[in-house]
Amino acid sequence: MSGAAIEFRNVTKRFDGKTVLDSLSFSVAAGEMFAIIGASGTGKSVTLKHIAGLVEPDSGEIAVSGGKVGYLFQSGALLAWKTVRENVALPLEETTSLSGDEIDRRVDAALAAVGLSGAADLYPAEISGGMQKRAGLARSIVREPETILYDEPTSGLDPVTAASINSLIGEIGRSRRVTSVIVTHDLPGAMRLADRIMLLDKGKAVFCGPPGEFAASDLPQVRRFFAVMDGGEA
Amino acid sequence: MKVAARLFAAFGRHGLVLVRGVGYFPSVLLRAGGRRDFAAQLYAAGIRTLPVVTVVSLFTGMILALQVGLELQRFSQEEYLGAAVMLTLVRDMAAFSCGLCLAACVGSAIAAEIGTMKVNDEIDALRVMEIPAMRFLAAPRMLALVVMAPLLAFYCCISGTVGGGIVGATQLNVDFGQYMASALSIVKVKDLYVGLAKALVFGLAIGTVSVTEGLDTEFGATGVGKSTQRAVIVSFLAILVTGYMITRMCYS
Repeated sequence: MSGAAIEFRNVTKRFDGKTVLDSLSFSVAAGEMFAIIGASGTGKSVTLKHIAGLVEPDSGEIAVSGGKVGYLFQSGALLAWKTVRENVALPLEETTSLSGDEIDRRVDAALAAVGLSGAADLYPAEISGGMQKRAGLARSIVREPETILYDEPTSGLDPVTAASINSLIGEIGRSRRVTSVIVTHDLPGAMRLADRIMLLDKGKAVFCGPPGEFAASDLPQVRRFFAVMDGGEA
Repeated sequence: MKVAARLFAAFGRHGLVLVRGVGYFPSVLLRAGGRRDFAAQLYAAGIRTLPVVTVVSLFTGMILALQVGLELQRFSQEEYLGAAVMLTLVRDMAAFSCGLCLAACVGSAIAAEIGTMKVNDEIDALRVMEIPAMRFLAAPRMLALVVMAPLLAFYCCISGTVGGGIVGATQLNVDFGQYMASALSIVKVKDLYVGLAKALVFGLAIGTVSVTEGLDTEFGATGVGKSTQRAVIVSFLAILVTGYMITRMCYS
């Protein structure tokens, strides 16, 4: 490890003979906002799952420094039979010996941070997709993680809600100094939010750098992305 | 060879869930959250299945009484109807009918619930939060089935015997009091222990199979459907095979 919060060294992963990550190497600095973009099926979510320890690489090394990891799943992954408040309290109730009052205090703070104080007693099925993502985010930050992984946090949301989720991610990342890795298809959001952007293509990192360099890059894979965003053909 | 390897792997997966799930039983009772979940599962496995179990056991007793009673009537031995019905229920049929009801009603629901959680990333979310799914999801469900299955089997004995008595009194001219006296005279304590032990093993088998199939779910809604179906089929097979083995061990 060279002071990085996350480091991938030549990580390869295959599923049923298909190579999903192909000798992938990159690092993320502590406190950095790092966006991973790419077409569907290029290994973005699999990369996140490797960081979270949900998937083991076939070869290569992964080093994730420090304590807890938060993960905002694409679906929110809230437990359907628990209210928003119970979902957010769950990791504290199940993995800590904090008092009930302290848990309540932290849950209230997390819900307030994502603007969901008024929906605490509703069940996931009773709230919108955007609110579910906010609730998932509250459940991630309540453990005070050092790294938060976001799997397509704005997918399926209207532009206004997507923008509010993006600004929430930025706010949480900067105010809490957490390392954020965001897998997204939302290129404008990634350009605004990220310190660096990595473009994955067929399991390889074809670009990794600041948004300004990404926009100026002549790489055909990068230009294709911008062409699609501008309404052209891929 | 491939089939043998898959069968061996399936046994391994179920065995692992069994050992891990049972290992977390004390934790279910020691944690406040665990006790809450356990109480909810007791309600789901016990109270909510009671109507189905009542109907199934009542009719099991009635069918037994009718079939056996008609034969006994040919030899003017109707006074033994209660004994025949009670013995069959206590030794085997109560545990079997209760086990099959639990597999169909509760096991399928457990497999579907956990399977849906798996395809919705909720199991992965638990892992990221460092909450063991075996402790949080599997153990309360398995323990509830282990506790409820013998209780329901005992209940099946009573309601099945009553069902048999109704048929005896209404269709076979067997006095209900005489029927009950005959029923209670034949049963030994060992029969009751074996019957309830069978139900306990069935409960554990249904819990293990349903949790394993739920956790093995892949490929969205179709996968959930397949897991649910597999959970019921494998539970039925487990009930029949372990039931036979226990009978063989205890009565031969």
